[in-house]
Amino acid sequence: MRDLSLHLMDMIQNSITAKATRISILICADRESDLLEMEVKDNGIGMESDFLKNVVNPFTTTRDTRRVGLGIPLLEASANRASGELKITSEKFVGTTVKASFKISHIDRIPLGDLAQTMEGIIIARPDIEYDLTLDNKKERFNFNSSDIKRRLGEVPITNFEVIKWIGEYLNDGVKTIFGGILDEILS
Amino acid sequence: MKSLAELEEIRKKTLDQINLRTNNQDVRVVVGMATCGIAAGARPVMNAFVEELSKRNLSNVAVTMTGCIGICKLEPVVEVIDKDGSKVTYVKMTPEKVARVVAEHIVNGRVCAEYTIAEAEK
Ligand SMILES: Nc1ncnc2c1ncn2[C@@H]1O[C@H](COP(=O)(O)OP(=O)(O)OP(=O)(O)O)[C@@H](O)[C@H]1O
Ligand code: FES
Ligand SMILES: [Mg+2]
Repeated sequence: MRDLSLHLMDMIQNSITAKATRISILICADRESDLLEMEVKDNGIGMESDFLKNVVNPFTTTRDTRRVGLGIPLLEASANRASGELKITSEKFVGTTVKASFKISHIDRIPLGDLAQTMEGIIIARPDIEYDLTLDNKKERFNFNSSDIKRRLGEVPITNFEVIKWIGEYLNDGVKTIFGGILDEILS
Repeated sequence: MKSLAELEEIRKKTLDQINLRTNNQDVRVVVGMATCGIAAGARPVMNAFVEELSKRNLSNVAVTMTGCIGICKLEPVVEVIDKDGSKVTYVKMTPEKVARVVAEHIVNGRVCAEYTIAEAEK
């Protein structure tokens, strides 16, 4: 996967498949510790612990009852290549948290990519789900919450094209403010 | 900097338009968004649909997504489902092809045969 925002799309699609109604995303870039972290937390159907082991290591465990998923192993590979790691916690019927870390300055660290495009896409496709996005640089935070936006919009649907465009621009501003100068692909 | 006040303006402006138009979404565009679809470029394809529909103000079309459609080598895959439930599957989509599908299929009701799965499997 070329960038973090595409991995995010992929993880959100997993959460949606798991029937989540609320998905919280936290992206944190800390210059001091040189660490970029992305966490996707959902309230979907979750996984049994035995199953979870197979998801993270599909090629080392013997299992032929289903096709091997690619999304999670690919995110782990992206994290590992930039001296980071992937951690998943999950509880059946409660939800799942996927957390990937990357060393910011590592030459193989994937860029953030077009985060606004990912958010616009999922909101248009599944406006019924509540999305909460926080961008954090350990000094400042930016938060976007789709329920809050819906409340402000009243009868106007969040999928309205002008609203979606506004959301995209709003998020781009947030990315610039929080990650500008910290992730070198984002101009401050 | 974008402000929440602008959102309020959009709300007021669109509220009037909504009342004039019935907000029935009778066409559905479904983009395959599994890992292989995303890797093949499904996200910009979806975005292109939103942009083209927005340009033409076609608010009767719902853009949505699904997981694996099961045809990896033909990704990005998009299904266009018309009012009557008939489904056309477009394969190996690109933003350029999206512009044509919107103009010809969605606006004028003429299927872009050369982009369909039937054509790809010939
Ligand atoms: N958020 C989640 N909640 C519950 N189960 C999950 C979640 N994410 C992944 N899983 C489980 O782990 C499996 C593997 O996920 P992974 O993303 O690696 O592959 P996939 O989604 O099955 O297929 P692909 O990503 O290749 O399209 C999923 O099929 C699902 O059973
Ligand atoms: S895994 Fe490729 S279409 Fe589903
Ligand atoms: Mg997946």
